[in-house]
Amino acid sequence: MTKQRKAAALISGGLDSLLAARVIQEQGIHVEGINFYTGFCVEGHTHAIRKKDRQKEKRNNALWVAEQLGIKLHIVDIVEDYKQVVLNPKHGYGANLNPCLDCKIFMVSKALEWIKAKGFDFIITGEVIGQRPMSQRKETMPVVADESGAEDLLLRPLCACNLPETLPEREGWVDRQQLHDFSGRSRKPQMALAAKFGFEDYAQPAGGCCFLTDAQYSVKLADLWRARGSKQYEMDDIMLLKVGRHLRPAPHFKLIISREEGEGNFLRGYRRQYPHLTTVSHPGPLALIDGEVDEDDIELAARLVARYSQGRSEEEVVLAFTDIEANQKELKVRPLQPHEIPREWVI
Amino acid sequence: MKRKIIDCRRLLCPMPVIRVQTTVESLPDGAQIEAICTDPGVLTDIPAWSRINGHKLIEAREEDGEYIVVVEVDHGMQ
Ligand code: SF4
Repeated sequence: MTKQRKAAALISGGLDSLLAARVIQEQGIHVEGINFYTGFCVEGHTHAIRKKDRQKEKRNNALWVAEQLGIKLHIVDIVEDYKQVVLNPKHGYGANLNPCLDCKIFMVSKALEWIKAKGFDFIITGEVIGQRPMSQRKETMPVVADESGAEDLLLRPLCACNLPETLPEREGWVDRQQLHDFSGRSRKPQMALAAKFGFEDYAQPAGGCCFLTDAQYSVKLADLWRARGSKQYEMDDIMLLKVGRHLRPAPHFKLIISREEGEGNFLRGYRRQYPHLTTVSHPGPLALIDGEVDEDDIELAARLVARYSQGRSEEEVVLAFTDIEANQKELKVRPLQPHEIPREWVI
Repeated sequence: MKRKIIDCRRLLCPMPVIRVQTTVESLPDGAQIEAICTDPGVLTDIPAWSRINGHKLIEAREEDGEYIVVVEVDHGMQ
């Protein structure tokens, strides 16, 4: 009896990885999915925070894809190791702070470790030549295979016919004739294949699979590095960049101001780690202060927060300042007027 | 019945799912895991993960603003 061959599929939750896995399943290969959690993934987080997003139907797309395929999904936490990819990408960043090529290399190298540990035979991804300007070009395909160490154990079923033969093809575990030759930015071939397999309702992320492709998010991350004087981040930092209005009235501190109740609740969870301001006399937001502040800074911060409260047009708004040891003091301030808030403060 | 409680409060999805996954690996068939969470996303994500990986969902409910999900381990024919 021939040995049952096994492939690990990198599952991002998008259509391409769904199709790539199905193409290989169709050839009788046992497929299991791996989904890497970097901390920047768009999945999950935001729906937990913003109240209005809670109403929307929520699902983890990687889990959804695995369920459509009827395969197991292993979610792997790579948050710590991934930092080196974001902080020092050898191949640089894309349009924003997305280190896509280094990211791909890193994920495939992690998948290689995984298949070795679990006794799987090869790795598949949903990459398509020319699909993405930075990481999915004809020249980058061998770079990912080489630098990850996966070499010819890495098979891209959607564009394999445009690439050199890989081990699974040479060994006859999969039939190259039944693989695809997709290339370019068009999504039509994928949509046609999805229709053929009967997949509907799949996710179509526009920019990429993570927050690092988001311009606003990248600006906030770059600001954080500048303010700290070094490139580094903790999990809490990158979570907080997804929430609230961020304003930096001075180089040494910034404010994270909730925009609605859900964000207020989320930020409240950080009140032992950050000094914060809340409004007392009027309904208003909760604002965390990130940085070392003196009396004048606190006063300025309070005036700014008052601007976002319902007392914004009043002469005076009362706020409470609480430090991380829970010492509280009250401040009475005049809310800043819009013309007193320079545009550069808004990150 | 052996039941292990894991505190996933303040963790956002998919971290609670990863916690359940890691805990499941160390437990025998029939053992139960109770995850106490604050991200409502777990009410869909942990059941989906359990279905996919062949474990049994015992319950998923909201209680005093927290979300409790109980899963029974079934490693099947792994
Ligand atoms: S979009 Fe994000 S997760 Fe996707 S390849 Fe680029 S850096 Fe990696």
